[in-house]
Order: sequence, then structure tokens, then C-alpha cells
Amino acid sequence: MEISARHLDKITVFDISGDIDLASSPELRKALLREIRVLRRPRVVVNLRAVRYLDSSGVASLIEALKASREIGSRFVLFGLNTTLREVFHISKLTTFFEICDNEEQAVAP
Amino acid sequence: MRRRDLLLKMELRSNPQSLCVVRGALAQLTERLGFPEPECRAVVLALDEALTNVIRHAYAGRPERPIEVSFRRIRAPWRGESREALEIVLVDKGRRVDRTKLRGRSLEDVRPGGLGLHFIRENMDAVEFRRIASRNRLRLVKFLRVPRPPRDS
Repeated sequence: MEISARHLDKITVFDISGDIDLASSPELRKALLREIRVLRRPRVVVNLRAVRYLDSSGVASLIEALKASREIGSRFVLFGLNTTLREVFHISKLTTFFEICDNEEQAVAP
Repeated sequence: MRRRDLLLKMELRSNPQSLCVVRGALAQLTERLGFPEPECRAVVLALDEALTNVIRHAYAGRPERPIEVSFRRIRAPWRGESREALEIVLVDKGRRVDRTKLRGRSLEDVRPGGLGLHFIRENMDAVEFRRIASRNRLRLVKFLRVPRPPRDS
């Protein structure tokens, strides 16, 4: 997994690529929670377009980030879910729990 | 009597870095067996979650512990007829798994953790756990939905 961050005004956009699994999800969790809990960014957006694989540990990291953002009243937005990721969200019954956008334009819109 | 053809046997260590190797091998194997693409992904996810559970719970995150995974093509009864299926058996020497935790949790309770078992049960047709001679043995079966002629190779 590769992870990088861009800062657009008060929004942080994480671009993630590769596989999110037991080996890589701790790094994802750490990066997301730092941005939300420590830096207290008003909106954190996660670009998942280049993610090939997501397992339950990756989903757990996203749930934890979402809960952290709700605790401080910020927004946590996902976009770029491919078929594989949509299947995982579907069987997790999490599709309505997360704020999911089709593209970055929507995800960073005011 | 069930027919069982051994397709592949892997001896792994309980290192999360090995998961991507197993996923790659199983993706090719399921495709070769004739599973549709969504079912290939489903089986790969189920095995990945099963291995993750072994690493995290049976071995409590300790690396370099042995995990054996075997893949067999079998014929077995399913919904009143004999069907071809992929059987995956995982064996580890970790601590006994708490059977009450094998039930997973309600998805209404949205929180990190506990999703792995749900993914396994949702994606496989049979999930059987046994403790034999100080070893955990997990058997996963996925049936081919559409019967196809047997391949020679």
C-alpha cells in the first residue's frame, strides 16, 4: 500500500493505492487518526480509486476514522470505490454508514 | 464417496506480509477452476480473513508460526445433487479458538473488529471448525454454481 496526503485549504485528501490488509492497515489507521484527532482537520477525504483490495482490518480502520471524525464534528468522506471495494462495503452493510462520493470534485465540494 | 484432488498445498508463516502472496495464488486458482470473477474475489477475501484470524487470534500476532493451507477440488452433495467445489483447509498450531467468538457479531453494531468472520460466512458455502490434536482446523468450501465438464489438466 502507498499513501500520500494533499492539503486543499482546510481539506486533507489521502491518495491510497495497492492493497489494504492486515500488513498495511495499521499505517492507514495511524495516518487517518493523526489528521483527524491531532491536526483536527475539518474534512478528511480518502481517494480509494487505486486500491485493489480491502479486507476487514482496512474496513475497521475506516470505521475508526469515521467515528473519530464524528467525535470532533468533522467530515470523513470516501470516493473512488471500484467494484471490489463496493462488494466489501455491501457485505459489511456499511454503504449508508459512510459518506461516499463518486469523484473528488464532489468529495471536496463546499 | 467424495472425490478429492489436491491442487495446491502451501506452508506459510504467520506473517501478514505473506497474505498478498496467498491472495495472488488463490485468485489464479479460482479463475482456473471456472469460478465467475465476483466469486473469485469472494473466495480470496474469505481465505484472507481466515488467515488474518489465525495470525491475530490463534497466534496472537506472533510471526514465524506455521500455517498449512491445502486446496482441493472435490465433488460433494449440495442442495440435493453432486457438485464440483473448491475445498480449502487451514491448519494451525495456535491456541484454541473460543467457539463463542466464531459467531461473529451483529452488523448493526458498527465498530472496528469482528467483520472478518462475517466476510467468511457470507462468501463461503460451508465453514467448519474443529480442534484436533492441539491444532485448529478450518474447512471452507465454495461450490461451482454452474456444472462444467472436468478438465484433464
